[in-house]
Amino acid sequence: MTLLKVEDLTIQFKSRQGVVKAVDNLSFELAKGISLGIVGESGSGKSVTSLAIMRLLQNANTEITGKIDFEGVDLLKLSPDEMRKIRGNSVSMIFQEPMTSLNPLHTCGKQIMEPILIHQKGISKQEAKKRAIELLRLVGIPSPEQRFHEYPHQMSGGMRQRIMIAIALACDTKLLIADEPTTALDVTIQAQILDLMSKLKKQRDMSIIMITHDLGVVKEMCENVVVMYTGQIVEKSPTDLVFKDPLHPYTKGLLNAIPKISSKVERLEAIPGTVPDALRMPTGCSFHPRCKYATERCKAEKPPLYKREDGREVRCFIYDAGEKGDDGNVTNEYKEYSNSINPK
Amino acid sequence: MRTFKSFITQKGFLFKLGLIICALWFIVVIFAPLIATHSTTAQDLSIRYEPPSLSHLFGTDELGRDVFSRVMYGSRISLTAGIITVICALSIGILFGGIAGYKGGKVDEIMMRFSELIMAFPPLILAMVIAAALGPSILNSVIAMAIIWWPNYARLMRSMVISLKESEYVTASRVMGASHIRVLFLEILPNSFGPLLVMATLDLGNAILMFSGLSFLGLGTQPPTPEWGSMVSDGAKVIQNWWVSTFPGLAIFSISIAANFVGDGLRDFLDPKLQKE
Repeated sequence: MTLLKVEDLTIQFKSRQGVVKAVDNLSFELAKGISLGIVGESGSGKSVTSLAIMRLLQNANTEITGKIDFEGVDLLKLSPDEMRKIRGNSVSMIFQEPMTSLNPLHTCGKQIMEPILIHQKGISKQEAKKRAIELLRLVGIPSPEQRFHEYPHQMSGGMRQRIMIAIALACDTKLLIADEPTTALDVTIQAQILDLMSKLKKQRDMSIIMITHDLGVVKEMCENVVVMYTGQIVEKSPTDLVFKDPLHPYTKGLLNAIPKISSKVERLEAIPGTVPDALRMPTGCSFHPRCKYATERCKAEKPPLYKREDGREVRCFIYDAGEKGDDGNVTNEYKEYSNSINPK
Repeated sequence: MRTFKSFITQKGFLFKLGLIICALWFIVVIFAPLIATHSTTAQDLSIRYEPPSLSHLFGTDELGRDVFSRVMYGSRISLTAGIITVICALSIGILFGGIAGYKGGKVDEIMMRFSELIMAFPPLILAMVIAAALGPSILNSVIAMAIIWWPNYARLMRSMVISLKESEYVTASRVMGASHIRVLFLEILPNSFGPLLVMATLDLGNAILMFSGLSFLGLGTQPPTPEWGSMVSDGAKVIQNWWVSTFPGLAIFSISIAANFVGDGLRDFLDPKLQKE
């Protein structure tokens, strides 16, 4: 059952220097109880996408087109009041920085009670407090009755992220957007938080969009993955297949940049160059200046998103071979490429 | 660590001192008739410019009136006018600056240009014009002062809101489904209260002085009524008889510094990070 369906989402920011396309024709689907990882470097449009789903890009200089279908309702067409009833209720979000995401002047308990009091009309403060303490227990905070009265600065980073999760789950959450939830935490706490999230996901049968640049997190948490580059999807497929057989050169570059325990390497392989300036996008494929396999065609034409027979999608001319088999150049490149990624 | 500790205890000491002074003035305001030793308007030209003595604690002024009694009674008008002015200006400033900063864009531009329009005039002259137009009375001069004073608070509030509205916890509470009003008044305002409070307490003394300026021009209180600011300006003409202006001046000084101590202490008190130390 589809919970969220994003269709042709395009987000443009008007600035003095020109129009910046932060997200370009993004489409994906998310079924109930499934996690989707959105992966990409800084500036690839991951966070902007999540803010667009929450309808928090209300700036006059922002133009959003496309459709964001949530349970059959287009979120982009809702009035601000209707949207407010969805935010924090059926769609919630947690952020990267648990240190700054909590208001320093309110106790943690009060901040957990807030969404309950906002969304559930007629609930008394006593009941809300009971719920908040239950939530604290649910996210694994010891002695919740006492912690309820404490301020954010009295807690560690991991505990604050647990509080954030408790706030996000305070109501009847169906979709949780996690924007790099573990980036600011150390590794052991990261693992605990991820465990907690997958446990809660199973318990509540909710869907998660995990925005991250850590492929390890994706492998741990997500059934499907979308790889983004300069606001576009470059690869979309089930997670296990991405790790076994990455299709797009960019995905491959990302995977190569992860240190492996098994192999001895002097230097990690990095993708050369940097993400292009959003105002000065290269012609053709936006990845071609950094791509080992770039051809003349890549410089001139923008590659479409090719659908493969196994359901995976990839934005690279290499996979054009199937349709234009008689094009010798492409086939050779494809062979060379597939040999390089799957050496036998 | 030791310096930090002594710093904190000292802070607490100043806060308590400020509270005590404010409380004393509060008592004076209520019980002025009991504390005053003489009538505030009884003139006795035979004892003009008498230096402080047991029968006239703060001496007498040019008409032989008892300065002590006048200072005690003067607290009623000066303090009320000062405090009401600051509270009104603060409220208007918070609302105006809050909306301008939160909305941003054209709304902000228009609202802030309007506030700058008010600031462009010399404050006392603008207050005079407004008070004269409304008619001379204590209430009208308080209104006039609040009108010229609020842009200071609006500007401070706006700058606080602009930086705080981008903070993560504001986004987080928007994500939770909080309305704009809730975000502005429950998330942003408490976090910007510290600087506003300090500015307000510092302004209390200024407001009392400006009120006396208006009174001097005949727009606030009228001459026989005791009022600190006009007492200071009366005494300034005869500086060799120092007691005439010094005691009402000390009264203004003590209340503004006490208010400032209290404001400082309150700001620390409102910050949960400093609470437990």
